Amino acid sequence: MDRAETQAPPEALTVVPLRHYGLWVGTAITLVILGLILKALATNPAFDWPTVGKYLFHPSIIRGLGQTLLLTITIMVLAIIIGTIVAIMRLSPSRVLNAFASAYIWFFRGAPALIQLIFWFNLSLIVREFSLTLPFVGTLFTIKTNDVMTPFVAAVIALSLHEAGYMAEIVRAGINSVASGQTEAAGSLGMNHRLILRRITLPQAMRFIVPPTGNETINLLKTTSLVTIIAVNDLLYAAQSIYARTFETIPLLIVVAFWYLFVVTILSIGQHYIEQYYGRSDQQQGASLGETLRRAFRFGRVAQPA
Amino acid sequence: MTSKAENQARFGVPVDSMVFARGVRKSFGNAEVLKGIDLNVPTGSVACVIGPSGSGKSTFLRCINHLEEVSGGVLLVDGEFVGYDLRHGKLYEVNNKLLCQRRADIGMVFQSFNLFSHMTALENLIEAPIMVRGMSKGEAKDKAHALLERVGLSAKADAYPRQLSGGQQQRVAIARALAMNPKVLLFDEPTSALDPELVGEVLVVMRDLAESGMTMVVVTHEIGFAREVGDQLIFMDGGVVEERGEPREMIANPQSPRTREFLSHVL
Ligand SMILES: Nc1ncnc2c1ncn2[C@@H]1O[C@H](COP(=O)(O)OP(=O)(O)OP(=O)(O)O)[C@@H](O)[C@H]1O
Ligand SMILES: [Mg+2]
Repeated sequence: MDRAETQAPPEALTVVPLRHYGLWVGTAITLVILGLILKALATNPAFDWPTVGKYLFHPSIIRGLGQTLLLTITIMVLAIIIGTIVAIMRLSPSRVLNAFASAYIWFFRGAPALIQLIFWFNLSLIVREFSLTLPFVGTLFTIKTNDVMTPFVAAVIALSLHEAGYMAEIVRAGINSVASGQTEAAGSLGMNHRLILRRITLPQAMRFIVPPTGNETINLLKTTSLVTIIAVNDLLYAAQSIYARTFETIPLLIVVAFWYLFVVTILSIGQHYIEQYYGRSDQQQGASLGETLRRAFRFGRVAQPA
Repeated sequence: MTSKAENQARFGVPVDSMVFARGVRKSFGNAEVLKGIDLNVPTGSVACVIGPSGSGKSTFLRCINHLEEVSGGVLLVDGEFVGYDLRHGKLYEVNNKLLCQRRADIGMVFQSFNLFSHMTALENLIEAPIMVRGMSKGEAKDKAHALLERVGLSAKADAYPRQLSGGQQQRVAIARALAMNPKVLLFDEPTSALDPELVGEVLVVMRDLAESGMTMVVVTHEIGFAREVGDQLIFMDGGVVEERGEPREMIANPQSPRTREFLSHVL
């Protein structure tokens, strides 16, 4: 080795980075493919961007979007409530409650959402009417199943029972993640079971419950498009009704995809703030919003090599 | 006759007794962990419990506040069964509400602190007084600040447990127990999880408590603390009290060979 080189002061040494030829080739190929896609998007007449613009804020599309959001929120709220109850039953010392909860999760999580949806919509094939009859008083009221089981109600029942199966497992895992010493300390302070659950266990479990629940909400948003099959007037159904008449299929599907992506983006931002709220006792700087969005859409560099 | 006086007469409990155990047994399945423990802790005194791992010290403490149900014997706190009421010669399990009320009077400090990790130090202190005792928020906060000052942590009121050292966490945990105005405080190896240089600050707080007249049952390996602060020393081994006595005397001159051997390891 050259003498002068070995004796050079350390700050004079330059670092020559390793050349990642494979990375360059991969990047080049990706750029070419991206270019081709953009060219196709811009020039292929089937995409018909002016039509997309025309329908983006079309009243029936907006109404459909509203219906989709209403469905998602209603179902998710119900699923969280039912799921939490099932999770608590699953963790209870009672064998019967425990077995019931397990069976619930097994069935409603296992049976395909589409089948459950069609089943509830066709409930009148099994039960024609509901009536309340009291001894000595007689029948108080009778309602026909078909009158109650509107497509919207069927969709809410079917999908919230289905989703609750997933939520139950998420909540249970969250509760189990809380150290048993917390319950013991609370018990020694004279707090009862319900108080401990509400004030100690669940708030701590939230840190583990929120991220998967955010994923479930995003999933559910898209799953609600199944309801078109029982003619609930949601976003996809609204688009289908239009292109059934005008045959502008692709532009309308782009409109639908745009709105789904838009809502998912909003949900991801909301999830970020909720996670930060429940992680505040950790005090490590929460990931920045940009970071979260990047993670949500998997662009940019996701994982740093260790 | 009150149930307390009735119990005291029936079981021959000294009038000033805070914790009274006679023949306390506890089994987990087939394994008998406590095989008849006798103990009397007079009000305002400090009982220190030592013994090898697995001898049943924690189990006994947990029986005192009914975190574990005893399998046999009599265990009274301030003259009352914690989990039961004695009526017509039978022990009736008390309802949940009453059990919680009685537990609220028995403070417990754990080896692993067990502070509520999603709450600040202050929130840890006011939680049970507000939710269990129905104290107003303002009053609970005033009291909490005073207690944090007492354990030397008034500057840490808004810190989360994760931001505190082990010694600080344990002092907050002691303050949390004190916030309920307990009749008696149980300590389960409160300094065992601490780095040696942090043990002292917790022992100072405990010594201060003992001097202020708090009734304490302390499971510990700190023989120095037992000697200087304890009013009685109990050596447990294999689920029985192997030896008991005045701490200085017993440490200086243990009678049982098991005690002698154990002390030679920890001293
Ligand atoms: N919930 C439980 N179920 C079954 N066995 C248990 C349970 N809790 C404790 N034991 C057993 O009881 C015995 C005494 O345990 P305990 O925790 O009271 O000992 P210890 O004296 O506190 O020991 P250490 O100094 O290690 O804390 C041990 O053998 C332990 O395995
Ligand atoms: Mg122990």
